[in-house]
Order: sequence, then structure tokens, then C-alpha cells
Amino acid sequence: MTARAVPEEPTEEASRRAVPEEPTEEASRRVLDVRGLAYAYPDGHQALFGVNLRVQRGERVALLGPNGAGKTTLVLHLNGILAAGVGSVQVSGLPVTKQNLQEVRRRVGVVFQDPDDQLFMPSVRDDVAFGPANLGLRGQALEDRVRHALSQVGMVDFIDRPPHHLSFGQRRRVAVATVLAMEPEILVLDEPSSNLDPASRRELADILRSLDVTVLMVTHDLPYALELCPRSVVLSDGVIVADGATYDVLTDDALMSAHRLELPFGFDPRTVRSTSAG
Amino acid sequence: MGAGHGHKLHYHGHSPVHRLPAHVKLVALVAFMLTVVATPHEWYPVFAGYLLLLLVVIAVSAVPPLYLAKRMLIEVPFVVFAVLMPFIATGPRTEVLGLAVSQDGLLAAWGLLVKGTLGVIASLTLAATTEPRDVLAGLERLRFPNQLVQIMGFMLRYLDVVTEEMRRMRIARESRGFRASNLRHWPVVARSAGALFIRSYERGERVHLAMMSRGYTGKLPR
Repeated sequence: MTARAVPEEPTEEASRRAVPEEPTEEASRRVLDVRGLAYAYPDGHQALFGVNLRVQRGERVALLGPNGAGKTTLVLHLNGILAAGVGSVQVSGLPVTKQNLQEVRRRVGVVFQDPDDQLFMPSVRDDVAFGPANLGLRGQALEDRVRHALSQVGMVDFIDRPPHHLSFGQRRRVAVATVLAMEPEILVLDEPSSNLDPASRRELADILRSLDVTVLMVTHDLPYALELCPRSVVLSDGVIVADGATYDVLTDDALMSAHRLELPFGFDPRTVRSTSAG
Repeated sequence: MGAGHGHKLHYHGHSPVHRLPAHVKLVALVAFMLTVVATPHEWYPVFAGYLLLLLVVIAVSAVPPLYLAKRMLIEVPFVVFAVLMPFIATGPRTEVLGLAVSQDGLLAAWGLLVKGTLGVIASLTLAATTEPRDVLAGLERLRFPNQLVQIMGFMLRYLDVVTEEMRRMRIARESRGFRASNLRHWPVVARSAGALFIRSYERGERVHLAMMSRGYTGKLPR
């Protein structure tokens, strides 16, 4: 394939290993399929060097990695904001290309880190309606969709409020609703727990657990990853260096220190195993 | 529509002036202002009539006059300019309180002051009786270009965000012992303003990304 600049194993070999048996069933449940993705910014800085990543329907996956590892760059490829230099991205079998952008952006819901960037309309209702209205929904169907999405995050009572009068935690939840309203096949969250107080952080975790949707979560919050995501992927220097059970990743001390991943003081996955998701 | 939270210029109420559709009020404001501006300076009684008209509208709207009066501070720079005019302008001189001032300047100052004040009162009345969102909806009904309405909408949305950012930067400056007390400190303030501009610009880029991620194609859905 096109894996010339890829330091890891070639794509074809990787795909053979990732698909041991019953390949058709595996392929039909695959929501996200990133193959040999490489990308350099226009200024020449190369951020991704051949990323391979599969996500199955219903999975919750944490994407871990130090600052500057290319996590955000990868996320921006998933819904076609950036176009792959080399390699490909498929969402439920649909390749991310210019012709498919509208459908890809419906299927991949990205929740950005700062809710003030995500919420730009004068009221919560308008904001949640923005995505589905772009998809052509109008009238009662639109209103129903908005109310349903807000009820999923417990924010229906705030439907007429301007976003900037909500607390930070509430804004983060509305930001999640704006994306849920598009009924995405995969929810991509960029640092969902950042700047949240512990109660808001826990409320968001409860919401994410209650949703029947595939989740890819970019985070530095390793306890949060352990709590919510059975599987973790580590991105470092533009390649995937680990992919496995979150517990195994977090307890692999050599891997962790090699990629600037550190557990917060006092947190030991070995002592919280019974409460971890999975 | 608006539930409880108004804008700083908006005075919540249910008077006939509040209930009037926004586009009617906008047209009325523009028509009123054009008439005022086109009226010659010397028609003194006519201006009294204009003022009376505004006062009647304000009385009907039940917005407390003091509420509007406080917000009229915005006019101060114009007043300063108007006060300077009789001294700066040339032409025949006349005596006012023992000072020789220009006749033409005095008349021009009067015109500026009275027209400006009428305009400010009228605009504040509109702002006090109409939710910002409704003003935008009214502009849209008046076939105002869609892009301009969108830009104004974003301005409304991000005004508080940018103000808050500015406040945080000021606190950060002052926490490190800086106070803009004299002219030499202005470059620091100017650099802060530059940084604020860059931050706002970058936020604009991020907002655009977030919009595209939700299927934005160049037109806000209606």
C-alpha cells in the first residue's frame, strides 16, 4: 500500500493481524477505519506518520498521548477538516473525501475542547438545532430532535437560555448535545473532562456511559480513560505505539514513561480495577 | 423567546412598544433619524417637537427615564467635541458669558448636540424595548444582507466572551504589579489589545471549524 514513510509495520500486515477470523462480520461492525494515515502541515511540520486505527460499533476508546503527539491532527482527519496526505479514513465504510463531507460530518460528531467555540448561536435551542438544520431537518421534527438531544444530557430545562449564561459544566453538556442531535455513529470528544469540577466531571461520565453510541475520547485524564473506556490507544510522535485494554496500557510502566504519560499522584489503576468500566 | 436574562441595554417589559415587531421599530428609528438629520439647525421649535415625541414613546414603553439617562454617557465624547466647536471654528464672533466664540461654531455645536442627543435617546429606546435577537430577526425580515446579520449575531454571542478575556488579561497584568497610570504604560496596554485581537481571531478559526464539523455550508439555517 502507500506506507512508504511509515516506521511501523506495513498496513497490509497490520490489517491481516487485526482481522483474525470472520472478517465480514468484523468489517460490518467497523465504525472507524484509519489506514496508513500520514499528514504534514503546509509549513512542512509532519504530525502523523502512518496511523492505523479501527473502532468497532459500541466501543468506547481513549486516545492517549503527550502534548504534540498529533491527537488533534488525527481528530481533524476523522471528519474531513484536514485531508489525508497519505492513507485513508473510512467511516462505516464511507471514505472521507470531498464529495462525502456532509455525510461524514453527520456520522462523526466532534465535541471540541472549549464549549465557547462550539456554542455560537444566541440560544441553546438554536445551537443544538444548528447541526440537524444543516442536514435539512425543519419544523416539529427539528424541535423533537433538539429536545431529545438535550434530554440525553439532562439540559432540556435550559433550552431557551443563551449559552454564555450557563456554567462551564452545563456548556460542555450542551456542546455534547449539539453533536448528539446529528445522531452520529461515533462521538469524538476532545478533552471532555478539562476544566470541569469533580461533580461536573462525574455527571459527564454518567451521561457518556448512558449513551448508546461509539465514543473516541482524546484525553490526558488517565483515571477518566480507565473509568470510561475499556480500550486505549496511545499516539506518540505521529504513530500508534500501543493499543489494548486501558488497564494494561496504564500499568505498563515502561510504555508509559517512554511516551510521557504519567498517572496523577495517588492514583494506581491496580487498586481501582473493580470500579473500572468494561 | 428571551427567558429572564436580558442584555445590558435591554429593559424587560410588556408595553406596546416592547410588543411592536422589531422591523417596524427599526424602520421607525431610521425614518426618525433621517428626518432629524435633515432638519435645519435653526428650526428650534421643531427639535422640541422631536424630543416630545421621544418622551411620549418612552412614557408608553414604561422604561424608567433614569435607566436611559445613565446609558447616555456614551454620548460624552460627542459632547466634548461639540463644546470645543465654538472655540475652534472661524467666522464672526459673538459674546457668551464674557467669552468671544464663533457664531457659526455655536450653531454647529448646537446642531451636533441636539441631533446626536435625539439619536442616542432614540437608539437607546429601541435597545431597551427590543431583545438583541429580535433586532437581528427584524433586520433579516427587512432583507438586510444575510452575511451582515450573521456577523452581528456572532458579535452579540462573543461580546461577553471577549470582554471576559479582556478582564482576565487586565487582572493578570495588574497581578504582576502593572497599572496603566501614565502615558509610558500605554504600549503595554496596546500590546495586550494586540494579543486580544490575535486570540479573538484564533477563536474565530476554531468556531469556524466547529461549524464546519456540524455541516455548515455558508448559510445559517432558518
